[in-house]
Amino acid sequence: MKNIFSIIKFTLLTVILFAVIYPLAIYAIAQFAPNQGKGETISVNGKVVGYQKIGQKFDKSNYFWGRPSAVDYNASGSAGSNKGPSNADYLALVQKRIDTFLIVHPYLEKSEIPSDMVMASGSGLDPNISPEGALIQVKRVAKERKLSEDKVKTLVESKINTPTIMGTSTVNVLELNIALDELK
Amino acid sequence: MNTELFGVISIFIISIVLAIPIGKYIAKVYLGDKTLFDPIFNPIEKFIFKISGINSTEEMNWKQHLKALLSVNMAWFFLCFFVLLFQGSLFLNPDNNPNMTPDLAFNTAISFVVNCNLQHFSGETGLSYLSQMVLMFLQFVSAAVGMAAAAIVFNAMKERTTDKLGNFYNYFIKSCTRILLPLSAIVAVALLFSGTPMTFEEKDTITTLQGDSVQVSRGPAAVFIAIKHIGTNGGGFFGANSAHPLENPTYFTNAVELWAQLIIPFAMIFALGFYLKKRKLSYIIFGVMTIGFLLLVIPTVITELNGNPAIEKMGIAQTTGAMEGKEVRFGPAISGFWSIATTVISTGSVNSMHDSSMPMSGAMQLLAMMVNAFYGGCGVGWLNFYIFIILAVFISGLMVGRTPEFVGKKIEAREVKIAAFIAILHPLLILSGTALASYFAANDTAMGYWFNGNATDWLNNPGNHGFSEMLYEFTSSAANNGSGFEGLGDNNPFWNITTGIVLLLGRFLPIIGPLAIAGLLANKKYIPESAGTLKTDTPIFGVMVFAVIAIIAALSFFPALALGPLAEYFTLK
Repeated sequence: MKNIFSIIKFTLLTVILFAVIYPLAIYAIAQFAPNQGKGETISVNGKVVGYQKIGQKFDKSNYFWGRPSAVDYNASGSAGSNKGPSNADYLALVQKRIDTFLIVHPYLEKSEIPSDMVMASGSGLDPNISPEGALIQVKRVAKERKLSEDKVKTLVESKINTPTIMGTSTVNVLELNIALDELK
Repeated sequence: MNTELFGVISIFIISIVLAIPIGKYIAKVYLGDKTLFDPIFNPIEKFIFKISGINSTEEMNWKQHLKALLSVNMAWFFLCFFVLLFQGSLFLNPDNNPNMTPDLAFNTAISFVVNCNLQHFSGETGLSYLSQMVLMFLQFVSAAVGMAAAAIVFNAMKERTTDKLGNFYNYFIKSCTRILLPLSAIVAVALLFSGTPMTFEEKDTITTLQGDSVQVSRGPAAVFIAIKHIGTNGGGFFGANSAHPLENPTYFTNAVELWAQLIIPFAMIFALGFYLKKRKLSYIIFGVMTIGFLLLVIPTVITELNGNPAIEKMGIAQTTGAMEGKEVRFGPAISGFWSIATTVISTGSVNSMHDSSMPMSGAMQLLAMMVNAFYGGCGVGWLNFYIFIILAVFISGLMVGRTPEFVGKKIEAREVKIAAFIAILHPLLILSGTALASYFAANDTAMGYWFNGNATDWLNNPGNHGFSEMLYEFTSSAANNGSGFEGLGDNNPFWNITTGIVLLLGRFLPIIGPLAIAGLLANKKYIPESAGTLKTDTPIFGVMVFAVIAIIAALSFFPALALGPLAEYFTLK
């Protein structure tokens, strides 16, 4: 009996150390982190339009689009599709995405579409696309916005993050679209 | 692509290089030498032990160690179980998430107590912040239990005859405060300043650039994610685990999280060498593990970079590799590397969805968990490897006609029986569980209470891949890994209860077995090394251990792998 009380007391004290004091200490440090550890947001004209790290849905034709999402960019229910590589339904879905993409971008060859634009992300909230994925949309966006293709292309190129030593090349879709809105 | 491969190789090498000094430090901690953190933690620990009335200096034999280990685990299970059961009405629940069902709470409590973190729920909607903090507590202590058990085996391997093997509570608390806590704090701060949230505020509601209304989940994530990797736990704060952009915001955080899960399993092996002053033995062990790891990781990275052959036929550009279930900021190379790191080590956190990996990568991930001893989880990786060493010593002793000995102790029938039992247990749990689930799926049985619907409905993919989903779930449970082919519909009594039982057996028997062997050996007479001794710190012995591992894993699991990922591989060709 004495033993049981010892262990209960020991458990509660360690809970206080690891699950109360330690998180509070980190929480205190968080007050000095970007946006006090509440997640970095991006504002346009003083209004929050999104979280910098979290992808959002773009399906209007005057914006650059992000990757397919298994959860339709629901930022309170992240998930991937979990479809297996040989699943026939899944392969048909990818084929459909390719076909749709070609209808909206009639100027494209099939072989110009990078795989990230037709395959769903792991989180369903991927904020990035590959540089190729952005560049192939330039013509459509420029036409919709009545801007010169060169101007839009220069904008995309300025938004490409190329790794210096390690990593992948990315384009943050939200940041690109905000810059696009500012383009006159 | 070159920057991707360079990233993979440099993270791996940096982890190994840093593991040597950290291993030296861990050895110092377990030897009871002075460390940097003594002035802060010594008084706190004294206070905790005084109030709880625990004597942390009394030496224990292996049975007393086990008793202490099992009783604290029992207390943690009940604490967690009741918090999860009533989280809806308890405090720190700003998103108003509901109580867990009893079977889910049972599975979750066990899963976090045993350092597995199989999650049959999504963090955003399934847990309150209070539950997240309680689970984080378990991430600390369950990792520390594994490390304490490894420390007891280290102690038992000293060159002497005794039944006194140190004090469990001492090893346990030192693992927490001297090793896990400082490393986690560093990782947490690195994540914090890279964009991972640490807040107790509820979901945010925003209007997006094109005008949709979206709710964004947040929470005290940075502390949770740090110990999830340092303690090789792997449970995600958010549903998508480390693929989630707040849980793993950049390539840098991805590197930090990879390093964090590799560092203690790496360092424990070097710690063994420093602790026993047998550095050569630890290099041989590390070498065997690394060869095993590379054999699994290289094909995976190549496969993922090459992309999906079925999509290749559709004519699009797969220059970025197989991107289903992967994030652009990581890319296929590091995602493939991570998927093997997280499965050889029993972390189980994912930065890409394993269910969507290529069949050959899936086979490698499964094999990594089936072996479960290349590096392995915090502490327990070493325990699993210890079993294989005992078997290898025995077999090679028989082959050359010498008495099997390991570090000066005779290995006799009793130890070998225990080792053989533990080695057989792993395939037994995995294959019988998978057989049971496949039987129901093959007959499409109506499951009644156990599952809402017919058995095939729990599969997210047909055919061989569906079989792989069930095989993966049981392999992950038995290996206490916690990753999943997450398409499987696993939040129901059938999966919650069966995997819950497998988790318990797959955790505690592989701790009890090595502790018993080590305790029995420590009590035997020490025989100094002579010309007749079979040397265990030589490359030849390393090859022998590798062969034993390969034979046990290959023979018992090959048929299951052939039905699942290998069959899928050949249909995709």
